[in-house]
Amino acid sequence: MLTALVLLPVVAAIVVMLVPGGRREVHLPLGIALSIFPLALAGYLFWVFEPAAGFQYVDRVTWYEPWGIDWHLGVDGISLPMVVLTTLLVPIALAASTSIDRRIKEFVVYTLFLEAGLIGAFLSLDLFLFFVFFEAMLIPMYFIIGIWGSERRIYAAMKFLIYTAFGSALMLAAIIGLALTHVDQTGSASFALSDLAALDLSVGAERLFFAAFAIAFAIKVPLFPFHTWLPDAHVEAPTAGSVLLAAVLLKLGTYGLLRFNMALFPEASVDAIPIMAILAVIGIIYGAVVAIVQPDLKKLVAYSSVSHLGFIVLGTFALTSGGLQGAVIQNVNHGLTTGALFLLVGMIYDRRHTKKIADFGGLQKTVPLLAGFFLFMTFASIGLPGLNGFIGEFLVLMGSFPALPSLTVIAALGVVLAAIYLLWAYERVFTGVPDKDENKALSDLSAREIALLAPLAALIVVIGIYPGLLLDKITPSTEAVIDHVVEQTDFVVPEPGRIADVHVAGDEG
Amino acid sequence: MVDVGWYMALAAALFLIGALGMLLRRNALVMFMCIELMLNAVNLTLISAGRALNDLDGQVAVFFILVVAAAEVVVGLAIIVAIFRRRATASVDELSELRG
Amino acid sequence: MIDLLWLVIALPLGGAAFLHFFGRYVREPLSGWLASAAIGTAFFIAAIAAVPFFQGEAEPSTIPIWEWMPALGANFELLWDPLAALMTLVVTGVGTLIHVFAIGYMHGDERFHRFFTNLNLFAASMLTLVLAGNYAMLFLGWELVGLCSYLLIGFWHTRPTAAAAAKKAFVVNRIGDLGFMIGLMVVFATFSTFSYSGIFERAGEELTGGLATAIGLLFLVGAAGKSAQIPLYVWLPDAMEGPTPVSALIHAATMVTAGVYVIARSAPIYEFTPFASTVVASVGALTAIWAASIALAQRDIKKVLAYSTISQLGFMFLAVGATAYVAGIFHLMTHAFFKALLFLGAGSVIHAMSDEQDMHRMGGLFRKMPVTAVTMAIGALALAGIPPLAGFWSKDEILAADFARGGWFYFLWIIGLITALLTAFYITRLWVLVFLGEPRWEEKAHPHESPRVMTLPLIALAALSFVGGLVNTPFRLTLEHFLEPSFEGVHIQHATDDWLTLAILAGLSILAAAAGAGAGYLAYRRPPERWRRFEDSFEPLWGTWEQAYGVDDLYGLTLVTPGRRLAEAAAFSFDAGVVDGAVNGVGRVVRGMGDWIRPLQTGFVRNYGVLFLAGAVVVVAWLVAGGS
Repeated sequence: MLTALVLLPVVAAIVVMLVPGGRREVHLPLGIALSIFPLALAGYLFWVFEPAAGFQYVDRVTWYEPWGIDWHLGVDGISLPMVVLTTLLVPIALAASTSIDRRIKEFVVYTLFLEAGLIGAFLSLDLFLFFVFFEAMLIPMYFIIGIWGSERRIYAAMKFLIYTAFGSALMLAAIIGLALTHVDQTGSASFALSDLAALDLSVGAERLFFAAFAIAFAIKVPLFPFHTWLPDAHVEAPTAGSVLLAAVLLKLGTYGLLRFNMALFPEASVDAIPIMAILAVIGIIYGAVVAIVQPDLKKLVAYSSVSHLGFIVLGTFALTSGGLQGAVIQNVNHGLTTGALFLLVGMIYDRRHTKKIADFGGLQKTVPLLAGFFLFMTFASIGLPGLNGFIGEFLVLMGSFPALPSLTVIAALGVVLAAIYLLWAYERVFTGVPDKDENKALSDLSAREIALLAPLAALIVVIGIYPGLLLDKITPSTEAVIDHVVEQTDFVVPEPGRIADVHVAGDEG
Repeated sequence: MVDVGWYMALAAALFLIGALGMLLRRNALVMFMCIELMLNAVNLTLISAGRALNDLDGQVAVFFILVVAAAEVVVGLAIIVAIFRRRATASVDELSELRG
Repeated sequence: MIDLLWLVIALPLGGAAFLHFFGRYVREPLSGWLASAAIGTAFFIAAIAAVPFFQGEAEPSTIPIWEWMPALGANFELLWDPLAALMTLVVTGVGTLIHVFAIGYMHGDERFHRFFTNLNLFAASMLTLVLAGNYAMLFLGWELVGLCSYLLIGFWHTRPTAAAAAKKAFVVNRIGDLGFMIGLMVVFATFSTFSYSGIFERAGEELTGGLATAIGLLFLVGAAGKSAQIPLYVWLPDAMEGPTPVSALIHAATMVTAGVYVIARSAPIYEFTPFASTVVASVGALTAIWAASIALAQRDIKKVLAYSTISQLGFMFLAVGATAYVAGIFHLMTHAFFKALLFLGAGSVIHAMSDEQDMHRMGGLFRKMPVTAVTMAIGALALAGIPPLAGFWSKDEILAADFARGGWFYFLWIIGLITALLTAFYITRLWVLVFLGEPRWEEKAHPHESPRVMTLPLIALAALSFVGGLVNTPFRLTLEHFLEPSFEGVHIQHATDDWLTLAILAGLSILAAAAGAGAGYLAYRRPPERWRRFEDSFEPLWGTWEQAYGVDDLYGLTLVTPGRRLAEAAAFSFDAGVVDGAVNGVGRVVRGMGDWIRPLQTGFVRNYGVLFLAGAVVVVAWLVAGGS
């Protein structure tokens, strides 16, 4: 089933490619229709997924035996939400791309290949395979930014590509290093995650490999100070690119830290907790402070991502039940809200052809529905309880506090700053009297645009009030991560860090 | 039987001619022929060495080289013809697009 | 009935959802009546469910709904105890009256149904806050009321001042929430749960060292944000940009009292930290007198009431800080009645004067709008603390309790007494300026009494303000007995039992109230030149009060401007220059190295050939030399 999930977008891309060119009105609807199939399959996967530790629906086929490389896919509670999120956002991103007026066929094809790469990366249990997907995904994204972006698209695309490839190179070296170590220790070659995780690494080697992986993923997240490619890439990318970049691509970083760094290098991960947590907290505060004064709406949302993803890294390296649950669910939440915010900024851009905050004012009067959705997503992003963002932030903060009290207190400041930068932006863009002529005659959201935003809004509310929907599936896997680290190291989870210690409200009657 | 040294000397001479031609001539077509000359000089050394050592490996290698050379000639000549059509010259000094 | 308790939240929530999606198809007054019906029904359900508590026979009970964040022991569960019941009744009761009033007040607004959507959503959020069975769910309500406050302050979104005030309210509240959230972190780290019962049962054993004080002070930060106490009160006066029913409901009667409620709810924690309690009381006393002095000099009728609210909230803090929880909750209740009444009365006046809020341009309205004038007079007297109106009993109980506590609290008691005097003065000033004297408005203003849909709620609230205080008098402590199950095992500060002392204290506070009210009446009964001269005689103090001590400017100068500078420096100098500069710098270095070696690539095949040959020669030479 997982193989089918990876291949469906590829098949879809090939089908779109085979439809003769020059028929613009065909390719986009076809792409959207075909991207529903992966979504349906991912939805089914979510439905049948058993909340239990370990990988399910594992597909393992030998790819190149001498080197022990396998086509090895499997899903667990950490990757499942990401796969569903990816498949959900691709049709939405495609459907939001009606304003793309040239080379639409290539655009659809690239987006579908991107989807395949993302799903593959999330599902890979073989490091070589993961690397292939991790890299393969860069190419469509490079073209999406470079071809359909705005003025400085080439610069942004190159920066994105080189920056990420730099990290990947380090990771590749570390992967090869791990595989060679495996040959040394067992005599056979393997790139399987489980095999490599069982290696007995020296402290120095483990730290070195950890650093290589961590830098690759830190660039992807992005963690301060590796974040400067992100605002450029976001500002220049077309709407669909921004949506997928923020919502899914960045999550490969946080996902990778959780999946690979924790599993492969538990000892080094524990040792690196202070560094990673400090970088995360700097990112939270720094991203928020910088976001406050951004003159460009898209850049503002981009910096808000830097801030929000800091919470995920903080929760990951707190290594408590709450922290990890919060990190995984925040992956989804940030994808939904920031994806929606980028959609909205795109919709505003389609109408006004500007993203400068100063060019707006009083839009709530002219486009009340758009304003309403924007405000909704703003509050979701601020972390209003009852909406999804709160669940992640609250779990992360409460989960991290026992482990890293002072850093968590500083991180909580980000919650205040988020209110400042987002509400101030909202005030400048939407409130007041529309005083510029261009802003007076805008059309409100069309039925198509509402149809794009409504499912995201609905999910935001559902996750906000019934996070059990996701948490039930996530928890066994996050607990397994903590168990793994605790078994491999002398790390002690701080009280009250584990679910087992946690007092459940039902007991007391 | 002729001593293998003669073969080697002949090959060296052929190679030298080829190399000098390669460096001194400007016509792409002629340079191409010089390359062929060098290739065949190498073929000659391989065959004669293989014969002298009673080892078939040398001859096998030559077959490979022949095939590769044939392929190379096909592609290379096509490129040269294409360039000639476009530029009306086959002088390599005028083809310096790749200058850093 | 307890099984249906969830309806108390679900009804207004459903009302909000219905009006949100279908409101535009419902004609104007109907949507308002629907919203009122939703919250009114909630009131009746709550009232019936509260009957066992009135009979004094029921135990507090927890009603689980569903799991929310099990890893944190944070679930949707309701706690139904007398404290929650009382708060629910106040919120739904006063809320219903204000909903009805708003039907008249918002008449003709193009976003009429949207207003009631938000109002109903607020009611649901506030009820979530008071009915929550754990701190996480309380925090849910806590933040949602902040959202509704934001939406409703900024309801007239085309006014830049309203939009700015809404943002300010939310951000300042968030600063408070930060403290509250850190408090919650400490609570969770200590108890591994957020459930009230789980925490309070083990409070004694777990809260060692400074933990109780830390939690108490952090909760105070949150409460100070929500309840507009020093130093976080600055958002409330600006919040008056919202429609007046909003000011009455959210910024007087209910939401702003959430801070008091939280502290009362956390009484078992404050039990272990007299220090934090004292800080709470001191902050309250300071806020009370600080805001009351500002209220003296305001010209805007709603600003007077806003500062008055801050001041009265200070009284409530003074009570709960002295561990006189019952007195605090009592004052919360009576204040909800009379302050809602005053705000609605002010709304009625503003409505009649076509949105005029400056009291200098009012006067002589008694004859034009008698119902409003009389009901507001009742509200004013209740606020001033004239017996036997509601405010007297609750305020007197607070002061008496502080006096009984002794020590530092004597000092706070004196502050409270002075504040009572100021309170009586400014509210009398307000009433006299608005309703008595010669009209100072222009002829074309045509003030008129409000329609019955607005006056009826005024009359109902006036009645409550009149008799509401009788539920807890020194002669009959009904409320105290009612609330007892909620404060089991907590020390509650009482007034002294000594009747003579009680009588002297009551006499003192009546004296203060009468003096303030009398002075206000005498000063403002006179023609405008005279009271203007009276105000001028207090310069420069009066100007300072009118400018609210310039705190807003001070915050702007010390926090907002430097903050923005810092952000700009971080964004434009550091991020673009240093961080991204480093990245681009690496790029430039690499490119420079490329430039340095690129002459090697001449484009002449011959050169490559020579290099190639040279390389080959070197390799061969090395091999011939028998390299290794």
